[in-house]
Amino acid sequence: MSASRYHYLRPGIEEALRRGTLFQDAETQATRFSYAEAIIEVGRANAEVVVLNADVSKGIRTCDFAEVFPERSYNLGIAEQNVMAAAAGMATTGVIPFVSTYAVFATLRALDQVRNSICYPRLNVKIAASHSGITAAPDGVTHQGQEDLTIMRALPNMTVIAAADRTVTHLATHAAAAWQGPVYLSLSRDPVPVLYRDDYPFAIGRAVTVREGADVAIVANRDMVAQALLAAEALAGEGTDVRVIDCHTLKPLDAEAILEAAAETGAVVTAENNTYYGGLGSAVAELLVEHEPVPMRRVGVADTFAESGPYLPLIDKYGLSARHIVAAVHEVLARKAHAH
Amino acid sequence: MSPQPAIPAGVSPPAPLDTPGLTEMAARIRCDIIEMIHAAGEGHPGGSLSAADLITALYFRVMRLDPARPDWPDRDRFILSKGHACPAWYAALIERGILGREHLTTLRCLGSCLQGHPDMCKTPGIDFTAGSLGHGFSAGLGMALAGRLHKRDYRVWVIIGDGESQEGSIWEAAMAAPNLGLGRLTVIMDRNRIQNDDFVERIMPIEPVADKWRAFGWHVVEIDGHDMAQIVAALEGVDPDAPRPTFILAHTTKGKGVSFMENVPAWHGRAPNDAEAAQALAEIRTAAGWEVADVG
Repeated sequence: MSASRYHYLRPGIEEALRRGTLFQDAETQATRFSYAEAIIEVGRANAEVVVLNADVSKGIRTCDFAEVFPERSYNLGIAEQNVMAAAAGMATTGVIPFVSTYAVFATLRALDQVRNSICYPRLNVKIAASHSGITAAPDGVTHQGQEDLTIMRALPNMTVIAAADRTVTHLATHAAAAWQGPVYLSLSRDPVPVLYRDDYPFAIGRAVTVREGADVAIVANRDMVAQALLAAEALAGEGTDVRVIDCHTLKPLDAEAILEAAAETGAVVTAENNTYYGGLGSAVAELLVEHEPVPMRRVGVADTFAESGPYLPLIDKYGLSARHIVAAVHEVLARKAHAH
Repeated sequence: MSPQPAIPAGVSPPAPLDTPGLTEMAARIRCDIIEMIHAAGEGHPGGSLSAADLITALYFRVMRLDPARPDWPDRDRFILSKGHACPAWYAALIERGILGREHLTTLRCLGSCLQGHPDMCKTPGIDFTAGSLGHGFSAGLGMALAGRLHKRDYRVWVIIGDGESQEGSIWEAAMAAPNLGLGRLTVIMDRNRIQNDDFVERIMPIEPVADKWRAFGWHVVEIDGHDMAQIVAALEGVDPDAPRPTFILAHTTKGKGVSFMENVPAWHGRAPNDAEAAQALAEIRTAAGWEVADVG
């Protein structure tokens, strides 16, 4: 058996990928709860860190932070606009506020506050938003933040992170607190496999190649990294050598890693649980069309609203499963072969 | 068209001023507002003039600040949540010596530190960026919360517009501040009765204002927002250690001090031409008892 083509995977993950039983065999955790664990560590390390809630502290479990740091936790009620601008005001004094709510409300209800009172003055506010993408599966459309990454990416001064699992969420929460300026942390509502060991080399703006491959590159973020890895393993069975890039930071985009992957593999597929307007697929397409045009295909949420349902069947119905990524890879490989 | 004030331009007067001194300073600030907006050819004179007396009292009497250190952590904070009235704020910063007078004629110019709406990153002494209505009040609430967390005793003064109180987020913050016990947060409403399109009561009436804020748990004080003695008494009467915040309902006149701008909705957002600016300055100077220069 040849050496593993994977990097940073926890013990047993590679085998589970090979068996196609990742979600059954791996430990899973919703990254909203990973964030809730991490923010307590961050709060211990930095007394300026506070958490602002808008009545979903039990949904995200930032109520645990409130137990440990009652004087640094605020629940301002179902009033996201006030919460967001209050965080901005706090940040002017050196406080590092983490606003914790759901993606739809953070990025749409309070978007004016995020744009004008946080991003424009570049205040040091962190927005940790659960229910990103259609990971808020059973709750239905009103709670599915399927355009949050698109919206946040459009704001100057905003850094946008979409972590794949518990390990990356912990690292990203620490990194966000240390970063000077606004950060949007996109979190999943539903459980996702814990993929990585603690030596995962997280740095804001630096994508991580988690599977080596020469034939095609899949660039994925948040919960779609797990689907990309499952797709890569399925394709390996067909003899296709797939590179998988965990592009945890949507903005600033790691242009170097993506251009290198495009140049070396000659075909790119993006995978995101976000509308395919303006998110990761768009960002990669914009980059490639100007610098390294290769056959490319985007997997993402189409121009439609989804519905309620269990997470895995729901993302499958809306075209976001490993099998959809496999089909996209087949298409770009055919175009790549035709071009030669 | 330079004013002929009692205090030489460019010299930062010692604060706090007494009531006659404040009245004279407010006239200087009104002249600055007219000059600034006339030079820009754009801007919002009506709401700047209505807020001029309130801002003068804050900057020259009430607020704890050090002109040499606009980012002093223990300073009182001021937020003009109705950011379009920023010429009044810029004028106060200039007269207080926080901002250089050379900026006065650069409002809205390309490359100027004086943006069309206040920008805390570009202008020294601006404690919070404003322009989108309803944000500054919440930001002030956040500053007051942070002050309590840091065990600093600074106070936060926020001016909101009466039209601005049609924004839903105003009421989110109005609900929160008394529940949080933020006695060091004071909100002053510049009740000039006119918003962008027309009189407030014709667009979306907001009365009874005082009753609404009382019902939300605020200590409410009602004053004539152009009577300097009343303004000072109200601002200095705020008890920072009270368990609830104070709301000062300041009845004002949009365009105050310029006859043809007073109570005329059109002057919410248009600049005076040369003749109008000259007349406006002459009226303000005459009312202040200054010698009026030949304005043609």
